[in-house]
Amino acid sequence: MCDISLEFAGGAELLFESRKKQSVSLPPQDRPWTIDLLVKWLAKNLLKGNPEMFIHADGSGVRPGILVLINEIDWELLGGKDYRIQNNDSILFVSTLHGG
Amino acid sequence: MNRLKASQYLPDESIERYSRQILLPEIGVNGMHKLSAASVLIVGAGGLGCPVAMYLATSGVGTIGIVEYDVVELSNLHRQIGHREASVGFSKAKSLVSTLKTLNSSINYMSFETALSDSNAKGIVKDFDVVVDATDNVSSRYLLNDVCVLLRKPLVSGSALRWEGQLTVYNHKTGPCYRCVFPKPPPPETVTNCSDGGVLGPVTGVIGSMQALEVIKILLDEDGVLYGRLVMFDGLSGSHRTFRLRDRDPQCAVCGDEPTVSELIDYDAFCGSSACDKIPSLKILAPQDRYSPEEFKERLLNDPYVHIIDVRPSEEFAVCHIPDSLNLPFEELKASPSSLYEGLQDVIVVCRRGNESQLAVKMLKDLGVTAKDVVGGLQAWSRLPGVSFPSY
Repeated sequence: MCDISLEFAGGAELLFESRKKQSVSLPPQDRPWTIDLLVKWLAKNLLKGNPEMFIHADGSGVRPGILVLINEIDWELLGGKDYRIQNNDSILFVSTLHGG
Repeated sequence: MNRLKASQYLPDESIERYSRQILLPEIGVNGMHKLSAASVLIVGAGGLGCPVAMYLATSGVGTIGIVEYDVVELSNLHRQIGHREASVGFSKAKSLVSTLKTLNSSINYMSFETALSDSNAKGIVKDFDVVVDATDNVSSRYLLNDVCVLLRKPLVSGSALRWEGQLTVYNHKTGPCYRCVFPKPPPPETVTNCSDGGVLGPVTGVIGSMQALEVIKILLDEDGVLYGRLVMFDGLSGSHRTFRLRDRDPQCAVCGDEPTVSELIDYDAFCGSSACDKIPSLKILAPQDRYSPEEFKERLLNDPYVHIIDVRPSEEFAVCHIPDSLNLPFEELKASPSSLYEGLQDVIVVCRRGNESQLAVKMLKDLGVTAKDVVGGLQAWSRLPGVSFPSY
């Protein structure tokens, strides 16, 4: 089992029925869960908006302008989309803001 | 020796004016000298730029430059607190500087009434110690980042939308630049600006004030500068969190070990969007599927039974709408393009600017409903002579 807490901010929550926080149990599978697989799973199961607003055009990882923070740390420091998700991880998808 | 005259390192007026901050051990007399010798460039005189400039002016930063091409609008005043009602219609750069002068007349102010571009950016930025990104669009953010990397200036970057704000310092010590964190610009259709998404004044106030704080810490050479970290503020839930960002990326296109960007480029082309936050007009429908605002007015005057569908969000519809028009928000239409509309014929679709109305007409046509939209939407409608409709 892989129970994680998901957060969406910066407008990314608008793609997920405006829910900023939700707890999710990822279904068991043969390979370990990575961010890449999580993004695909989210797009299929929880995403309500246009997938192009969330996924990269090449189908892998998130689109440019969305930052992923795993347990309060930039995903880039933890292996990016290949990071292996651990039980109880807290994963935040934040859309960067440009207004002022 | 005249012992009746104090030995002092600041003039009387400065001692009195800045006394409360001089009392902080991190500032003191030395800190005041650092601030008054410093120059800071603020790009953008809007919701972020106003509080940044006002706090830096009152703190005694010696030279403050403001870059802003736009004029003050009434819809700016709820958050852009450096402008006054009397300034509506006038240059924002001048308006802000005149406010700053009333707060602290001993500062040297420079205003640049121009849009920062790849051709003028280096010339404007080069003489300043620290740069503040208080802009409102992606293109300017990449331009400012690159010019700051090329000229080795720290960049204090803030942004705000709706109830949220973000803040970090780029290109400082071992920290990343904007491109290290965001090597590729977001697709233009994913970017929301304040005139579409909305924003609350105190939210830009919080972020702008924090930007001023970061500038002061950089000028004092303090350790706690927010580089390599990202602050996210959510005013609605009252949360304020700091995240660890990556370090400078040796592969970065502009600040990396072997940069591929060594001169400024065309940032509007790079981002696929322009530096002004005005909305572009889409061209989806053929001209025969659209009414000009004038033709629409003719129909309204001559046909009492015309069906008008307004596809704006219900909040906007509640603010103002054409009498007898029906609100069918675009998102709802998209989610359930059902048989509900069957039999409806000869419908006129309106939205705020005439962009989403075109998509809606396309969708309705696919359902067999004959429909046209109005070029320029309610914004163009509101500008017609004889029409009374508020602009927002």
